[in-house]
Amino acid sequence: MMTLSLALRNLLRNRRRSLATLLAMAIGSTSILLFGGFIGLIEYEMQTRNVQRGGHLQIQHRDFFLYGSGNPTGYGISDYPNILAAIQKDEILRGMVTVATPTLQFGGIAGNYVANVSRTIIGNGVIADDINHMRLWNDYNLRSVAPISALDGSAEDAAVVGTGVARVLQLCESLKISNCQKPAAAPQTETESLSDDIAQLIMQETPNETGINPQRIEVLVVNTRGAPNVTSVEVIRAEDQGIKELDEISIMMHLTKIQQLIYGKSTPKATSIMIQLHHTDQIPTALERLAPILADASVNQPLAVLDYRILNPFYVQTVQMFNTMFGMIFVLIAAIVLFTVSNTMNTAVVERTVEIGTLRAIGLRRAGIRRLFVTEGALLGVCGSVLGIVLAVILAAVVNRMDIRWMPPTYVESVPLTILVWGETRMLLGTTFGLICISILSAWWPAYRAAKLDVVDALRHV
Amino acid sequence: MEPDMDRADSTETASVILHNVSKTYLLDAVKVPALTDINLVIRPNRFTVLSGASGSGKTTLLNLIGCIDKPDTGEITVSGCKVGELSDDDLSDFRSKNIGFIFQNFNLLPVLSTYENVEYPLLLAGASAKVRGERVTKLLKAVGLSDKAKNLPGQLSGGQRQRVAIARALTRKPKVVIADEPTANLDSKTGTAILALMRYMAERFQISFIFSSHDRDVVKAADDIIYLKDGVIQDPRRKAGGSAP
Repeated sequence: MMTLSLALRNLLRNRRRSLATLLAMAIGSTSILLFGGFIGLIEYEMQTRNVQRGGHLQIQHRDFFLYGSGNPTGYGISDYPNILAAIQKDEILRGMVTVATPTLQFGGIAGNYVANVSRTIIGNGVIADDINHMRLWNDYNLRSVAPISALDGSAEDAAVVGTGVARVLQLCESLKISNCQKPAAAPQTETESLSDDIAQLIMQETPNETGINPQRIEVLVVNTRGAPNVTSVEVIRAEDQGIKELDEISIMMHLTKIQQLIYGKSTPKATSIMIQLHHTDQIPTALERLAPILADASVNQPLAVLDYRILNPFYVQTVQMFNTMFGMIFVLIAAIVLFTVSNTMNTAVVERTVEIGTLRAIGLRRAGIRRLFVTEGALLGVCGSVLGIVLAVILAAVVNRMDIRWMPPTYVESVPLTILVWGETRMLLGTTFGLICISILSAWWPAYRAAKLDVVDALRHV
Repeated sequence: MEPDMDRADSTETASVILHNVSKTYLLDAVKVPALTDINLVIRPNRFTVLSGASGSGKTTLLNLIGCIDKPDTGEITVSGCKVGELSDDDLSDFRSKNIGFIFQNFNLLPVLSTYENVEYPLLLAGASAKVRGERVTKLLKAVGLSDKAKNLPGQLSGGQRQRVAIARALTRKPKVVIADEPTANLDSKTGTAILALMRYMAERFQISFIFSSHDRDVVKAADDIIYLKDGVIQDPRRKAGGSAP
């Protein structure tokens, strides 16, 4: 208590210098917190978007994630309804799960043969109602809202495609897509070069000129017996997928429709069961509860559960990149704080050399001198960090009220810029603890020097 | 030289005994002898003055007696304790308990009030609030500064600051008080008053005061005077309570 009181009074003694040091620390702390709050937003936005689209967990064939894109239907889960039923039956899982829904990934060719264009696609058959339910997930109370899928409530033969698919298939005009210009020059037509079987299928499915629906396209997939199967679907909306490569291959259809196309009268399968939880931190518990369910279901097929981080490596890479940047900025600011506090404490030691000698003469041990200066450094750290938190919270609130909009990675629409500082306990405590440690470290060397001073030399100091 | 003063009757009760003490300083690369083969006994409860010209070794001797410096050779005993055998921490504790310091520039802690400055050595000793309160109040009353208890050193005159320093030096009831030129920064009237106060405190609390001083008034007030020249004791003299050499 005596040391603390003395340290505090010594800091107040040279107010201008202490204030300058505090401000340097506070600005450093504020910068760290604001940047941390910003990258926190990026992480939450990306996590939210990934969870809204694919859930927290997906049950898949063990090899589907790595090899499934070559032949998705080859890795189908045969008894997925039983697994869904088992999830619903588990009391704990039921309480944690917001949505558990099957999805069937498929590959094929989509063609607008009226326009004489086609392209390869990778699509998903989904239960539209479940998909929209998943898009409501907003555990971090973000201000951005995910667009609701138009597939919900649509006809069985409806499809939603990426804007890139719509552009390539020349559906922009009929779908009223903005910023989707027709090519400057008409491409050379190659219809004559199509193979006979494809051309025959096209002819069967192509409507008469009088009945042309400009939003209808043909989707060709390979069924489980290896034969091509074509269906006509109506594109009801194009949705930007955020990444050009994905945007130009993506198509979403009703699960039942695509299952009919691929499996015909056989037992339909799903390539994944998407599971969305109320909270991300429920993943470990959910995995524990899923383990016996999977063990039962894996008798005839090897299954695995993958979480959203494995399913979305871009998310992990982005978060890692920003965390690395945060670490770099923290180190730079910490170095500035270290030198600022160290300089302040060194000056204090020089100025108070006679006092140090006096304290030592009247009986204060070397450790007491060290403690005194380290306490001063720690106090600077505590006050600077607290001031930094206050400034960061105020600045974040101001920025959040300004309604600045920006576009996070993979987003296609701008969202309000929100800097998350207040409530980010881990970041606040981590930054505060870090800066206090740096302050103590900065004060350590001057304190050590002060304690090592010879009493006589210190008393003689002018 | 022999420790002439009271060697026969006071080695057991002496406040300080120095035996064959020498001290050399390094000034750049040159060795400068500050004290050479000092043998000395300082009697308890007396005013002892170390006198001599500048550079004669007064302050060095005072620092050695005050246990804030160590001799190159020889042995120092303060209040019956051979201080050369103590570790640095033990020396700190020893100083805190047995030795009071009064400095030429007062050396009060500027951030502490009069009361707190006097209280500080007791806080170091871990004394209870009650003990501290009683002791500090008594000392402040004794030095006539009860009404300045809350003042910071910057709000006190030179004489008042030195009185605070005296009170602080006596807080832990030391056996020995070291005073390095205690009146050098005071006008003659204040210096005389401070000397009178120290004499009063020495008698009241049974303490040995050891001064270094050029001040004739201080020398006049001394019981014992030790003249130093070039680091060697020239003329130990006893003025009262004992025989002259």
